[in-house]
Amino acid sequence: MQAETLAGGFDTPAVQSAHAFRGLLEAMARPGTVRQIGGAAPPRPLSPAAGCALLTLCDTDTPVYLAGGADCDAVRAWLAFHTGAPLTGPSHCAFAIGRWEDLLPLSAYPTGTSEYPDRSATLIVDGTDFAKPGAVLRGPGISGQATMALPGIKAFQDNNALFPLGLDFIFAGGSRIAALPRSTKITAPATVTEVF
Amino acid sequence: MTDQAYNFAYLDEQTKRMIRRAILKGLAIPGYQVPFASREMPMPYGWGTGGVQVSAAVLTPDDTLKVIDQGADDTTNAVSIRTFFERTAGVKTTTRTTDASVIQTRHRIPEEPLTDNQILVYQVPIPEPLRFLEPRESETRKMHSLEEYGLMHVKLYEDISRHGHIATSYAYPVKIEGRYVMDPSPIPKFDNPKLGDMAAIQLFGAGREQRIYALPPYTQVVSLDFEDHPFEASKADHPCGLCDATDSYLDEVIIDDTGGRMFVCSDTDYCAARQAAGFKGKDAA
Repeated sequence: MQAETLAGGFDTPAVQSAHAFRGLLEAMARPGTVRQIGGAAPPRPLSPAAGCALLTLCDTDTPVYLAGGADCDAVRAWLAFHTGAPLTGPSHCAFAIGRWEDLLPLSAYPTGTSEYPDRSATLIVDGTDFAKPGAVLRGPGISGQATMALPGIKAFQDNNALFPLGLDFIFAGGSRIAALPRSTKITAPATVTEVF
Repeated sequence: MTDQAYNFAYLDEQTKRMIRRAILKGLAIPGYQVPFASREMPMPYGWGTGGVQVSAAVLTPDDTLKVIDQGADDTTNAVSIRTFFERTAGVKTTTRTTDASVIQTRHRIPEEPLTDNQILVYQVPIPEPLRFLEPRESETRKMHSLEEYGLMHVKLYEDISRHGHIATSYAYPVKIEGRYVMDPSPIPKFDNPKLGDMAAIQLFGAGREQRIYALPPYTQVVSLDFEDHPFEASKADHPCGLCDATDSYLDEVIIDDTGGRMFVCSDTDYCAARQAAGFKGKDAA
């Protein structure tokens, strides 16, 4: 257990976090695109991509909420050793991590204030299946429209309606990530014929 | 102390994480100025400390960096920042716009259209577009939260009543996705139409004022104007004296003390590439 706690961080933090951040930056700037990030080997149930995002973005300044299965001794110890991030509940977190069903309800997280909309939580949704059929995305970062696998539609539409307040999402699964900022407008996949 | 004694790209990791978090929030709220704990950099305020910090947080060892100052690769500011990152990050540098993956700029957007493999980092002196109209930060913050931008239109209107046209020629205010009014940094208004729908990511860093803001690719950017006085991207009405380009932004250069002057491209890479391709202006040697 001790070995698992101490292992799994970046070997060369400056360079690996720079590469990981570029993946996160591109993902957040271009919703709907999927990037590979790597370098971290966090304890189960975290995916390597989610662990990589935590190492890249979290430190003692960022309260983290571990939701559901992510809230286990192994993850707590690993996060404490590698980032020093304090653990907290959903209402005061800067980052939350867990599976989608464990992270709900979204109303529990800070969405920022009208004068400081940046003081809002970023949710790292782990265990994402990127192969699922996608919702249709429009908005900043997207030329025309894009598609992306989302665990729900309404929750993200409601989040977008709060703009400029709202939550931002990073989806992780395996070694891949995607992101969905609050600015993106979401519609259900076009299963029915669209009227133009 | 050797250059290897510095962390990659100069800044310590905790500082980079703080800047990186601010950049992600900035991308999520296009045009909103995210406060960040700007650090002292080994160069004076006004030399691009904000842009340098954003570049340092974004660079990877695989990047190729280009730095321009008013379009030029060979001015003091551009040369010193380029050398800074060569020494502290070991990245490749270039003067060719098409070869660069990260471009730090002071007050210009390159003439060559940018691609989706590029990141443009702006150095910003005063990030708050309302600052000269309302000096109190507490008030401008409230104005942004309430979308209270009437004062900005009054300023443009006063331009019209005094000069007959909107005389603001640089740092021309823009509205992002119908929400935030943003200062595009002191780029000439000739560059404003390039801000919107750009394929590259645009990041803005203001070191002294401690603000970071961002435009994701393909963001809607509208220059503020009036129906009867529409926005006009203007430039000197001449071809470039060296490369004969008629579509580039021009600097006016005084060449003697008898009133002689010439107009040359402010984007040195664009001008050099055209000259190399055989284009020749009337002042070319």
